Amino acid sequence: MNDNAPISRGFGSGRRAQTPKDRVPPGQYVTTDFPVLSAGPTPQIKVEDWTFALQLGGSLIGKWSWLEFEALPQTTIATDIHCVTKWSKLDTVWQGVTFDDLLKAAEVGGSTAPFIMAHCDGGYTTNLPIADLVDGKGMIATRYDGLPILPVHGGPARLLVPHLYFWKSAKWVRRLRFMQHDERGFWERLGYHNYGDPWKEQRYDGD
Amino acid sequence: MTATEAVARASRRLRWQIAEVREIVIETPRVRSLLLYVAGWQGHLPGQHVDIRLTAEDGYQAQRSYSIASSPESELLTLTVERVMDGEVSPYLVDELRSGDKFELRGPIGRYFVWTVATRGSLYLVASGSGIVPLMAMLRHREFHKAPVPTGLLYSSRSLEDVIYREELDAMARRDPNLHVFHTLTRKQPDGWVGHRGRIDKYMLVGALVPLVSKPNIFVCGATSFVEHVSSVLVQLGHDAFAIKTERFGPTGG
Repeated sequence: MNDNAPISRGFGSGRRAQTPKDRVPPGQYVTTDFPVLSAGPTPQIKVEDWTFALQLGGSLIGKWSWLEFEALPQTTIATDIHCVTKWSKLDTVWQGVTFDDLLKAAEVGGSTAPFIMAHCDGGYTTNLPIADLVDGKGMIATRYDGLPILPVHGGPARLLVPHLYFWKSAKWVRRLRFMQHDERGFWERLGYHNYGDPWKEQRYDGD
Repeated sequence: MTATEAVARASRRLRWQIAEVREIVIETPRVRSLLLYVAGWQGHLPGQHVDIRLTAEDGYQAQRSYSIASSPESELLTLTVERVMDGEVSPYLVDELRSGDKFELRGPIGRYFVWTVATRGSLYLVASGSGIVPLMAMLRHREFHKAPVPTGLLYSSRSLEDVIYREELDAMARRDPNLHVFHTLTRKQPDGWVGHRGRIDKYMLVGALVPLVSKPNIFVCGATSFVEHVSSVLVQLGHDAFAIKTERFGPTGG
């Protein structure tokens, strides 16, 4: 805690957010709602028009229709999520296809590239190191709490990388592009942190 | 990285600063504006927000984000805060905070939901409740520069007494033939009310757009359900989704 922080007398004497310290990163509070943060209108995407692709250089090294994607191995995880706007939500349950299983399905042998850019409907992008997606750390989620993900929460499919601030779990994801060199995505170019570790409180550029 | 780049990078870091409350304005029964002095404040763009951090006597801390209501040209930084029922931070800010009190703040944050008089094209603002706050920074900035930007504001409030900045907005519109302010009251309308009634719909959205040239820059701000509704109707009306910038205020935890 900053020693210079002024004390707000009378603050904190009432209700306090339930914040178990081992589960809620610094500066976060727990919510039971599911708030929404998006830069623009919610895209309405029909699953019959939906495809998902992996891109390496100028070519697609894997491409799936909705039905093909649904036939890939499915994984369910329970995890906490942390939004840079301060809310955390505990014990959320997601189902989808892990990044590991996607690489297997695309028969991508060996090394691809150390970074990816996620491209989404609505023009949104976000960048991630591959190391934060492999070994079960990231998935393309298609179900929340056992039901199809609502458009407002990123449906039909969103990236899920729950150990980073939730803007990295890009909504309406359609394509992952492998990159030899890191590039900044949408919010990362607009003043947000390039990596976004909630436990280090990496909210904004320079944190 | 060169030394100059290192300095530029370091100076970008958003550090916690001390804000001192200079004045508190009662906007509505549930809403207060806090006029803050922040030594060395680096300025902001209309539409940006700040994080604030409160520290209790036992060291407990809580952080929240609040939109900036003041134009970049004004001397004091204004935050306008609505009391969220059962909230942890906003009831303190609205009911307990006094002139002279201090707390921590850092920002400005967000470089997407912003507008300045240098932006080309007309301006179309749609707000509900405290969603007016970041849009007010744009309107105050526009007024300061006497910018003749064709501008429409469609603003939804529960009742007349819940309209934030009502006198200032109406005075701005009276002075400025390029600014058109439309109110709708959703729950209670006074006798003789000539504005809109009920939730914002397609017809209100088309009507408020009439004085504008085509291709406006659109900003929509309010509760999530409001923003979802308005932005989807705007897309149905043929507006380019990329021209519509949204900010959703979750009522959560406030």
